[in-house]
Amino acid sequence: MTAAVSILPGPQLAALNDAYRKAVARKRMRMAVAAAVFAAALFAASVGAEVNLRTLFTYIGNFVSYFDRILTLESGARVWTDIPEWFWGWNKWLWLLGETILISYVGTLSGAILGFGLSFVAAENTSPSIWLRFVVRRFMEFCRTVPDIVFALIFVIAFGLGPMAGVLAIAIHCVGALGKQYSEMVENIDMKPVEGVRATGGGWVACMRFAVLPQVTAGFASYSLLRFEINVRGASVMGFVGAGGIGQELIVAIRKFYYSDVSAILVLIILTVFVIDIGTGWARQRLFGQDGRK
Amino acid sequence: MSSEPNDHPDLAGLRARYPAIFFRPLSSRLAAPLVLLGAAALLVVGLYLLEFSPARMLAGLHQLVWITLMMFPPNPGSSLPTYLAAMGETLSIALLGTVLAALFALPVSLLAARNIVPSAIFRSPIRRFLDTIRGVDTLIWALVWINVVGLGPFAGVLAIAVSDFGAFGKLFSEAIEGADKKQVEGVRASGGNALHEIRFGLLPQVLPVIAGQVLYFIESNTRSATIIGIVGAGGIGLQLAEQIRTLEWQNVSFLILMILVAVAAIDFISSRLRFAIIGRRAVA
Repeated sequence: MTAAVSILPGPQLAALNDAYRKAVARKRMRMAVAAAVFAAALFAASVGAEVNLRTLFTYIGNFVSYFDRILTLESGARVWTDIPEWFWGWNKWLWLLGETILISYVGTLSGAILGFGLSFVAAENTSPSIWLRFVVRRFMEFCRTVPDIVFALIFVIAFGLGPMAGVLAIAIHCVGALGKQYSEMVENIDMKPVEGVRATGGGWVACMRFAVLPQVTAGFASYSLLRFEINVRGASVMGFVGAGGIGQELIVAIRKFYYSDVSAILVLIILTVFVIDIGTGWARQRLFGQDGRK
Repeated sequence: MSSEPNDHPDLAGLRARYPAIFFRPLSSRLAAPLVLLGAAALLVVGLYLLEFSPARMLAGLHQLVWITLMMFPPNPGSSLPTYLAAMGETLSIALLGTVLAALFALPVSLLAARNIVPSAIFRSPIRRFLDTIRGVDTLIWALVWINVVGLGPFAGVLAIAVSDFGAFGKLFSEAIEGADKKQVEGVRASGGNALHEIRFGLLPQVLPVIAGQVLYFIESNTRSATIIGIVGAGGIGLQLAEQIRTLEWQNVSFLILMILVAVAAIDFISSRLRFAIIGRRAVA
């Protein structure tokens, strides 16, 4: 006798099939509704954003020709045929790029120091008191939700034009962003060392210093390096609102239609961002091995 | 048995047993303090070069306190409808820009994934291209698009679409590289061609991850969309920059509050949707 696949009697099978079809239909229905809602949202958004395909198709040529123009020198030659002419302002631009990096360095470091202090207060497992934690958390939320360039706009009015406003804006934004990441990391630590330090009579500060800190230092450094990368990009546009760095030159070049300058400055910015990316990536790997990125 | 009381540890013995702890080479003992010292020195030099001074700090802080006091109570004045419209514009820019970016990034990310295009000769130019796009800030893209389609929210949509295209291309291709090979092999074993493999073996695994990332970006783009108005690409940033420049501080604080509320609302909605799509565990 051969083993056969048992086939259910007709009525039983019909009921099962029916249930299956219903389940599938329900799922399809839900997908269709979601797709319809999504399409409606997109339509509403395209009205709201004044999307005009005709404008796009009329002017899409401009997009291509814009790149054509920024890659052409005033003499009409391509930029790469005359590198010294293309990068005529390299002296000033490199200085400004240095300023941009310095802005993000000083901003990131001072933000990181503040965020470092606040993260122990904001983390659930180490916070000395509930209401303090609440206040610090709301403060950090505020710092990271308001975009750094908005802070820069306000600081330019308070502190005057110049890189100082940019540094402070980046620092404040960093307190919010890094403080959150740090405190989440503190919440994930092993609590046994903390209990150990407490058992030997250590106070709150001693607990943080000898039990928490050794567990989180590597992660903190890794996050700070990532944030530094992000901030270099942010600092490159701080000059748009007058807060120092290369952005000032870029916006002048764009507004005044100094085409080849635009491409030269963009190339320098992109190169700088690449170098910083690679450099911090290397440092992370060197310091914490493969999983330092986590 | 030693005659010493027991609370004196056997230091000599410990030293002998753990030489790595007691006799660390000078270079490794000095490394951390030196790095810290260098970092601090650079900070001081930076503060000096960037024209920080206690006097300027104090004067600025004084101004800042004054500005903050002027911000209360937040008050939209008579332009509440304008602000609401601008907020709607911002949300539209974020949504459309992100969706456009995702649509264009999906095919490109397939080309940038190692398990689809094994040859590095084709893959790495695409990757460098995506990196280049990502290296340029959204605000710069906004300026470029303003030159193309003129001032207004449409330039904002295109700016966000382009700059996110770079980010999505990278993230999607990483998601594709992380996908399980077995299902693709299954499709191939049953006679499917390369497109079948992608459609039935790969996409079902990757789409939920991608959907989660897209939702996450809609969230973070709401933030970016609030600022591209500063350079004239539409949305609430335009109003914000204008009110800051004309020193209408009560309007400024109202606008900031609006942004905070809108971002919180989008955060809430999209994280709910994200959990619904990919489950609670995958995000954590």
